[in-house]
Amino acid sequence: MSVITAENISKKYIIDHKHKAGGPSTFRDVVSDSIGKIFSRKPGHSEYTEKEEFWALKDVNFTIDQGDRIGIVGHNGAGKSTLLKILSRITEPSTGQIKIEGRVASLLEVGTGFHPELTGRENIYLNGAILGMNKSEIKQSFDAIVDFAGVEKFLDTPVKRYSSGMYVRLGFAIAAHLNPEILIVDEVLAVGDTEFQKKCLGKMRDVSESGRTLIFVSHNLTAIQALCNKSFYFEKGQLIDQGDTTHIVTNYLSKVSHKRMERHWDGIDQAPGNDQVRIKSFRLLAEYQDNLVHIDVRTPMNFQFEFWNMEEGASLNLSMHLYTFTGECIFNVGTESQQFGKGLVTGVCEIPGHFLNDGSYVVSMMIVKDTSTVVYNMEEALVFDIEDYRENVTWYGKWPGYIRPKLNFSIRQTEHLVND
Amino acid sequence: MQHTTTIKAGGSEKDYWKDLWRNKQLLWILSKRDISVRYKQTLLGVAWSVLRPIMTMTVMVFVFSYVAKLKGDPGVPYPLMVLCGITIWTFFANTFSQISNSILINSNLVSKVYFPRLLMPLSSVAVGFVDFLITLGIFLVLTTFFHHPLSWNIIYLPAFLLLAFITSMGFGLIFAVLNVRFRDIGQLIPFVVQVGFYVCPIAYSSSLAKDTWYEKYYNLNPMVGIIDGFKWCLLGDKAYFNPDSIYSTAIISVVILILSLIYFRKKENTFVDHI
Repeated sequence: MSVITAENISKKYIIDHKHKAGGPSTFRDVVSDSIGKIFSRKPGHSEYTEKEEFWALKDVNFTIDQGDRIGIVGHNGAGKSTLLKILSRITEPSTGQIKIEGRVASLLEVGTGFHPELTGRENIYLNGAILGMNKSEIKQSFDAIVDFAGVEKFLDTPVKRYSSGMYVRLGFAIAAHLNPEILIVDEVLAVGDTEFQKKCLGKMRDVSESGRTLIFVSHNLTAIQALCNKSFYFEKGQLIDQGDTTHIVTNYLSKVSHKRMERHWDGIDQAPGNDQVRIKSFRLLAEYQDNLVHIDVRTPMNFQFEFWNMEEGASLNLSMHLYTFTGECIFNVGTESQQFGKGLVTGVCEIPGHFLNDGSYVVSMMIVKDTSTVVYNMEEALVFDIEDYRENVTWYGKWPGYIRPKLNFSIRQTEHLVND
Repeated sequence: MQHTTTIKAGGSEKDYWKDLWRNKQLLWILSKRDISVRYKQTLLGVAWSVLRPIMTMTVMVFVFSYVAKLKGDPGVPYPLMVLCGITIWTFFANTFSQISNSILINSNLVSKVYFPRLLMPLSSVAVGFVDFLITLGIFLVLTTFFHHPLSWNIIYLPAFLLLAFITSMGFGLIFAVLNVRFRDIGQLIPFVVQVGFYVCPIAYSSSLAKDTWYEKYYNLNPMVGIIDGFKWCLLGDKAYFNPDSIYSTAIISVVILILSLIYFRKKENTFVDHI
């Protein structure tokens, strides 16, 4: 049975080029604009009237069945948040209509409407009511909420004295005890400690397992893959793909990356370089796992670099730098120096699987003469992404560190306590 | 119980008032929030509601009665007349400014959850109402102090209070909408309240405007009739009150309320785009 049917949903915003779109303007602006218009020489073309339509969503159609767990993926600005806002009735669509069967609760923020001066207890009632619970429902789940959030000691403390972790826990705990038929969740897992994230995801799984419908927007693809059976992929306000989550996530990943994994030049004439060396190609060859077409933390990679040496008997070596996308150097490796005749020289560097952490990386390749003079430096030559992959882990927070090596690290029981 | 929602452009019209009724508990909780927040973290707490009108009255009485030598209506103690005017005016001014700011103050809610937006101005009235009850209490204590008897006119008091509420809602809703769109309207609100204080018969009796060329313009202000009526309720027949003015006052304030409701309803779905 379909619980949500959306037909031709569009949302239009007018961007005023003078002001920030949708931002607050002042009465003064409007007055001075009108005066400006009167005195403007080119009526209708002055800077004051430059307005542009922007479609945050355009002709979106979909149906969601009862018990579906829908993940929504897409870039920033693809229309995900606008869709959630329309579904939770915060803003209206410009055209089209949506039919929703059942009670909707949307969690676009943790602790919506919390008042810093009020105590935890008062805020539970306030926030519960804001999220659409009635008083008896809140009373019923009050103890469960307090217990879930772990704030029983601070119930009568104003929430402004709470640590940010406690604040978030309390906010989520209230939302988690809503009993809607349809739950809409936006990126709330980005906050809170890992222990709590685990609790949240567990709670969301309970929601979906009890046959209720879940709509979940997140940049965390691992969480989406763990929770959602179906996904929608938005791009530039349009729903461009929907279906099985694994399929959508793969499709999304292959499109989102700004990666540059191969560069090559056909002739010496066009190739970059100088009198001594010319670059032929630089490639990243990945040994993809499980028929995937993206690199994840398990994937071994081969970097293959070819160049023409133009100087007979030059003593050369290669030096490769690996940087994070933000520009921090993770490592620098070099080959041994060797004498080469004129012609093609190939260097290969292997980065094993289970070595780098997930993230975006940039590679530079340097050709060095006599182990001291840089002949040519190919900066930011390749760019690639490594996606997250986890097995037997129920925690989905960002894995810390630049590298994630698989080391020999084990635990075992070394002694048993004997009861006597 | 299964309920179906249809979302489309302008689609919230049909069930709006039903939704508002369904959310009455939220209205109550938001009101309670405003009241309890107001008295938390203040040195004197509820005492402020008592001190403020008394201090205003003392200053008024001193300035107008001893310095400017204004007189109230014959047979009515001047301090009582001032306090009476302050009571209803403060109620109007508080609710008006709270309604005007209600959407902006709750902007975190506007952008994150849906409920009929009219709940915000409605709930913001609560604080003003509590303050009103306190000032009314002070007034009643002072009538015994001045040996001024209460008359049966007092039974009409809720009617004038309702009219004051309607008027503050009427003006407040318009300002609330404008305040979201243009932030500098917020600067205007205290100014409007201040001018209103002198335009309305608070420190003087509106009998001063009687038979003057500006009387008919003066009476266009719905607060004039309301304040006069309020004084008549509390101070008895000796206070100046023109009963005919009640019709025009009622009509003007209700018409303003209806217009502002239409305006508010038309704009409320765009609040989120401007916040």
